[in-house]
Amino acid sequence: MRNAFSHRLRPSDVARVASVGLRNRRMRAALSALGISIGVAAMVAVLGLSASSQAGLLAEIDRLGTNLLTVSKGTTVTGETAELPKQAPGMISRIDAVTAVESTGATGAKVYRNPFIPAVNSNGLTVKATSLNLPASVSTSLERGQFLNKATESRPVAVLGATAARRLGIDRIFTGQRILVSGQWFYVVGILKPAALAPEVDDSVLIGYPAAEKYLRYNGNPSTIYVRSDTEKVNDVHAMLAATANPEGPSQVTVSRPSAALVARAAAKSALNGLFLGLGAVALLVGGIGVANTMVISVLERRSEIGLRRALGATKQHVRTQFLAEAVLLSSLGGVVGVLLGALATAIYATVKDWEIVVPTLAWAGGLGAAIAIGAVAGLLPAIRAARMAPTEALRTV
Amino acid sequence: MSDNVQVADVVGIGESAHARAPEPLLQLQDVRKVYPGVTPVIALRGVDFTIHRGELVAIVGPSGSGKSTLLHMMGTLDRPTEGSVRLVGSDVAKMSDRELAKLRATRIGFVFQQFFLSEYETALENVADGLLYSGVNRRTRRALAAEALDKVGLAHRMDHRPPQLSGGERQRVAIARALNGNPDIVLADEPTGNLDSNAAATIFALLKKLHREGATIIVITHDRGLAARLPRRIDVLDGRIVADVTQGATGTVDPELTVDWARDTKEQA
Repeated sequence: MRNAFSHRLRPSDVARVASVGLRNRRMRAALSALGISIGVAAMVAVLGLSASSQAGLLAEIDRLGTNLLTVSKGTTVTGETAELPKQAPGMISRIDAVTAVESTGATGAKVYRNPFIPAVNSNGLTVKATSLNLPASVSTSLERGQFLNKATESRPVAVLGATAARRLGIDRIFTGQRILVSGQWFYVVGILKPAALAPEVDDSVLIGYPAAEKYLRYNGNPSTIYVRSDTEKVNDVHAMLAATANPEGPSQVTVSRPSAALVARAAAKSALNGLFLGLGAVALLVGGIGVANTMVISVLERRSEIGLRRALGATKQHVRTQFLAEAVLLSSLGGVVGVLLGALATAIYATVKDWEIVVPTLAWAGGLGAAIAIGAVAGLLPAIRAARMAPTEALRTV
Repeated sequence: MSDNVQVADVVGIGESAHARAPEPLLQLQDVRKVYPGVTPVIALRGVDFTIHRGELVAIVGPSGSGKSTLLHMMGTLDRPTEGSVRLVGSDVAKMSDRELAKLRATRIGFVFQQFFLSEYETALENVADGLLYSGVNRRTRRALAAEALDKVGLAHRMDHRPPQLSGGERQRVAIARALNGNPDIVLADEPTGNLDSNAAATIFALLKKLHREGATIIVITHDRGLAARLPRRIDVLDGRIVADVTQGATGTVDPELTVDWARDTKEQA
């Protein structure tokens, strides 16, 4: 037996000895681990939610399609707004890879629910002339009613964007439902769902081009052209669009790809993320101080246990290891619970939002690692103090 | 391990073996201890004695006489300011913390006045922990602990936790822990200090029984009555040894002190 003497405890014995304090003082252990849990949960949830929302947004963009390009009015060298030529949609549709071209033209008219509303309360809505297949091109569809067609495009008939309908207080379609556009009653025949790729459609009241020319004396120039093309050739089309839309002044045309903006927005980390991560880090730090506090008290309280262990043959190293392991065990327990809580919060929120549940490795591994590191740091000083205690000092009765 | 058991058994049986092989186990030579401070306290002023294997010794003295310091010296828990402490031939002063720890883990068993048992663990686990730092695996520790508990008459209390035991029983658990692994020497610091007279008598009887079975035991006490019944008595006063008496009665069984477990247990009920 003496020959087999070893200064090192077996890992199982270390674990058993380290858990003594936690098993004996469960309430205290749970409370001090709770601090760590909250910090880790906050960090995991923030990272998980942001990754999940990003995944959700990207999935949404994929669903909407990334092959939509918009051509809109640019500015001339003198800073005035440059009109798009009337022929632009027709010319663009002759590009090979282009599959659909739709356009809207801002008429500058204001829209009201009825004649009694003061003119200033225009609700920030615009009235736009539209071509007849716009909803499909901007990946939206009718919430209620129907869109304009060959028959209704020249009549005083309107379709409302999602926001426009809400602001006008119209949520259903019935015969005789009408709105006032520049002193002319227009009958509402449909309400659109939100168009994520073209949010400007949402706060528009859409009417046909012939109707716009007839009732609003609109000149018929398009202001925004929506172009769908073969997905592989989007970049080629993008390059040709400006020159095609306005051969006389390609530089007076703005071409953009709405999905690119959305992807950029998805990738951009919210400023709030940083804030919440910081809060999580503070919680973790406070939790670490809680663990350190618990360990300091534990060492003071268990003076006689330390003395006994020294008498039973524990080296300073054994005592140090015991208390350090106890601190690490305590904070790891907090870390595990924190990761589970954070993942649970992410899962619940992502499910409600219908996103894919994503908990990045960085989040859970980082959370756990941070907890263990905090525990080691918090436990170091108490462990060293415990090990330094002279056996006779530790055994002295108070 | 088996070697130890045999040595201990052979050496310890009765006084014939005692007389034949007086192997010096613990030697103190001119041990002095001064606790430094604004007013330094001189706890030991030159102590000399030798304990042989198989002895049962009482160290008696009033409080403040230096007997606790003496226990720390003998138990290698502290080093003397001057003089030498030799345990089984090796000088404690020259040892590192690790070597001392190893010595305590394998050669010395401690019994304390306050028992120092973990309230949350069973008697068996408490006793098994006596070997925690001696490199023995858990299964063996528990097996040896069961034997040790049997030796002190607590085989039936193995799965009880200290709060469920009487004071005397707790001290017997602590004695079992000290005995676990067959140390060369058992140091008992006021083992009966927290016990009533019945339980104290039981503990003394137990120590005598263990001594007859071969254990080397040093008991530190202030109770002269109990100390007088042990084979050898060392009186300490003001950091000096004032008497070292070996009685002739060694080995005869004092009828009053035959181990009667029931006495201890009855008192509890």
